[in-house]
Amino acid sequence: MLMRTTRHTRPAPVMHSMIRLLTLRGLRLLALATTLCLPTSVWSADLVPPTHEFTLDNGLRVLVRQDHRAPVAVVMVWYKVGSIDEPPGMTGISHMLEHMLFKDTKHLSPGDYSSLVARFGGQSNAFTAYEYTGYYQQYEATRLPLALELEAERMAHLRIDDDEFFRELQVVLEERRQRTDDNPNALAWEKFTGILSPGQGYAHPIIGWRQEIQQYQPEMAEHWYERWYMPGNATLVVAGDVDVDEVRALTERFFGAIPARDVPARPEPRQADIAGERRLNLVMPVQVPTLYMGWNLPSLLTAEDTHEFYALSMLSGILDGGRSARFQRNLVRGPRLAAGVSANYRGLARGDGAFIVSGTPTPGTSLDQLEAAVEAEIRAIVETPPDVAELDRVRAQVLSSHVFGQDSLFGQAMELGYLSVLGIDWRLRAGMAEALAAVTPEDVSAVARRYLTRERRAVAFVEPHVAPDTAQETADE
Amino acid sequence: MSDRRFFIALCAVLALIALAFVINWPATSSQAQTDAAHFPTSLAEVRAAEPGRRELSIQQWQTDAGSRVLFVHTDQLPMLDVRLVFNAGSARDDDLAGLASLTNALLDQGADGLDVDDIAREFEDMGARFGTSSHRDMGLVSLTTLSDDEFRTPALALATRILRSPDFPEDALGRIRTQMLQSLLMQQQVPGPQVARAYNNALFGAHPYGIHAGGSPESLPRITPEAVAAFYQRYYTAGNAVIALVGAVKEDEARQIAEQLSDALPAGERAPALPQAAIPGEKTQTHVDFASSQTHIHIGTQLVRRDHEDYVALYVGNHIFGGGGFNAILMDEVRQKRGLVYGVSSSLSPMAAAAPFTIALQTANSNADEALGLTLDLLADFVADGPTAEQVELAVDYLTGSFAMSTASNSAIVGQLGSMGFYDLPLDYMDRFQRDIAAVTPAQIRDALRRHLDPQRVVIASIGPRQPEARLPEDEDGARGDQ
Repeated sequence: MLMRTTRHTRPAPVMHSMIRLLTLRGLRLLALATTLCLPTSVWSADLVPPTHEFTLDNGLRVLVRQDHRAPVAVVMVWYKVGSIDEPPGMTGISHMLEHMLFKDTKHLSPGDYSSLVARFGGQSNAFTAYEYTGYYQQYEATRLPLALELEAERMAHLRIDDDEFFRELQVVLEERRQRTDDNPNALAWEKFTGILSPGQGYAHPIIGWRQEIQQYQPEMAEHWYERWYMPGNATLVVAGDVDVDEVRALTERFFGAIPARDVPARPEPRQADIAGERRLNLVMPVQVPTLYMGWNLPSLLTAEDTHEFYALSMLSGILDGGRSARFQRNLVRGPRLAAGVSANYRGLARGDGAFIVSGTPTPGTSLDQLEAAVEAEIRAIVETPPDVAELDRVRAQVLSSHVFGQDSLFGQAMELGYLSVLGIDWRLRAGMAEALAAVTPEDVSAVARRYLTRERRAVAFVEPHVAPDTAQETADE
Repeated sequence: MSDRRFFIALCAVLALIALAFVINWPATSSQAQTDAAHFPTSLAEVRAAEPGRRELSIQQWQTDAGSRVLFVHTDQLPMLDVRLVFNAGSARDDDLAGLASLTNALLDQGADGLDVDDIAREFEDMGARFGTSSHRDMGLVSLTTLSDDEFRTPALALATRILRSPDFPEDALGRIRTQMLQSLLMQQQVPGPQVARAYNNALFGAHPYGIHAGGSPESLPRITPEAVAAFYQRYYTAGNAVIALVGAVKEDEARQIAEQLSDALPAGERAPALPQAAIPGEKTQTHVDFASSQTHIHIGTQLVRRDHEDYVALYVGNHIFGGGGFNAILMDEVRQKRGLVYGVSSSLSPMAAAAPFTIALQTANSNADEALGLTLDLLADFVADGPTAEQVELAVDYLTGSFAMSTASNSAIVGQLGSMGFYDLPLDYMDRFQRDIAAVTPAQIRDALRRHLDPQRVVIASIGPRQPEARLPEDEDGARGDQ
């Protein structure tokens, strides 16, 4: 009955699933009426609740979704800054700053923000990711003015107290220990992402390197706040039982007086050349080996032809779009090479995308064998275009998930905010179904052939110090 | 500094008492003082606003075969959520730990001659989601489908077919058993699941809730298809089922759907009540040696279930002590004031035959003694003194004010209905619970804590390089230097 808040929940593996979630949302939720076997009666355009957008004079972009199913409202502020923007020596500073936004402001002392939100029955939290930092509150809908006033306060009036900063630094170190240092799979993922996007902001962990966290100074967080937290670098999302005129007036009232400031140029992360094959062999205190494979390829924003984004989305769905998809059918069931395996196209990103496969072999199967089996599945698609029925099955799930996804107000607000910070129009959904419907089996083979190549990939093997049982020993090498 | 700060804060507080609102405002200049008195400017209007309510009309009935049904019609989205809740959790495993989980996971692996591929393909072609999950009290089966008849009817027909004739194929059993064994191994890589298990063992001992739902390397190989089929026949029965339905179907359609699903289930009665879990008789401490950089600690005991007259007071008490996130005493003292942890919280989990109250924290090994001592001390103080009036007021405001969010989506409502049916709660339970929370007093919470929670008789479980020993922090002002 009671929801508990757990603030700042964003470790590397969670980010992994987060991105997966968003990618799947991109794939599955952003769809509308189409020509599939599913009747269009179900997919009337009225299904998407009214959505409005406007921009204040100071540059703050506002997205409003009116969904009156329940008397609740979600307020989110998304800043276009995340761990990819951090220079060496300051890794994780976006996340550290996020923690400090719950401390002192001009009018609030530590604890005041949380108790004000609770006083009015609200829940709040924040999330830091590669490409953005986001803050949210959700309440019964008449609490909207308070939510907006608090976010405006945090946008304009943060104050960083040295004692509070150093105490919170200890909390962040505890967070890192808990999420990453004591979890060998999270550590392995951190090392794998280091070779997946070499030389880019995506190559260091969102929470930052421990040695750099230990050296943070309050001025670094102040600098980061000054540099990135201005109306022109933020998107405000309000979703729920609200009216756009009311939101417009409240937004002007609370955010209108915040002065416009120049938004610093934010370089677009691009990989100059194909990086070449990278391999990592990790021996870690794990009981179960793990395989990570990742390919560098275009995202929606970096693709020369956006059709490739949709074809790659379909490829991901054919491999791992459900329990009937090929990975489950051919690797987990069938010969039982994997206890678990997943494929995920990270196609909604500010920089280039990635296609990521991770899996754990069954006892008696080596990582080499699992890798070879994954390669064989990819080769099968390269050589033989998938059945139209497989494509239609993916599309059917895309369409129903579009409906199911609207059950969550929070999910709707996340989608609007995420697309906005990437600079993608939220109406992307309107064209999505049509674009997916246009993907042919040959298109899927073509993108697999073009992009899932050796020189584009990074592979990590994670193996135990000692093989957990003799079956493993005999099967390895 | 501190005197002036206190004075200014006091001024601000006095100004705000006029608004019946108490927070210790900061201010460092006279300008700030003026602002502070007026911030947030939206306070009065928000306070004056009449909160909206979503009126849920819950229909309840029983099927011919004896399943209890709860239904809420919502028509804004063209979808239907169906959830079957069986009294078939791991507490029913008996001497085959993992049996309930395996049975539950095997349901969609083959039925009525259809193999796992057929079933998965058919649901996915319709865009439907069929899922199962298993817990200590419950085994769940859920279906989310488009409500349009064209999708709903075949999706429900397939779900019905699965429930009527699950095959529990032997090869699927072998595969899922392997996955469960792998999962047990993976749990040994990280401290969290291990300490939870050690705590559960210490708190419940030989009680059925002490059974590990994921099974053990010894029990899993002993589970046969016959044992699984027998478990299904015994516990996945019509009489042992609650069927919750939420979505865009009419009541007569919901009745027909419930009849169809209930009729497919084996005939049978409700499972017998479990024995009540005992309250720990003495303080115990167990430790798991593990090479982690943090020590994880669980501390707890048994409180009371929902039907006890002290439940609401203890529920609010838990919220104040450790359940209320950043406003809770634990978070404030252990994290905010001292930076000892990232996570610290308490929970009260009312189950069918127990109500564990559990404090969980994770801290750097060098801080483990201090964090344990501080937490035990805070608990003893809380039981002795109870909460302050302000703490109760804030908790009540939150718990009643956040209620709108607990019924904001179909999936939230179907979860509520499933619980209400499973725990035999009355239809007006949610409203009544809100009223009871609003009426609770600090004295009631203190008295209930004193009656039910003996801080000297708690179970402590930990994991890390070394067993922590409770030690009180030396500095009382919360300041703490670098390690």
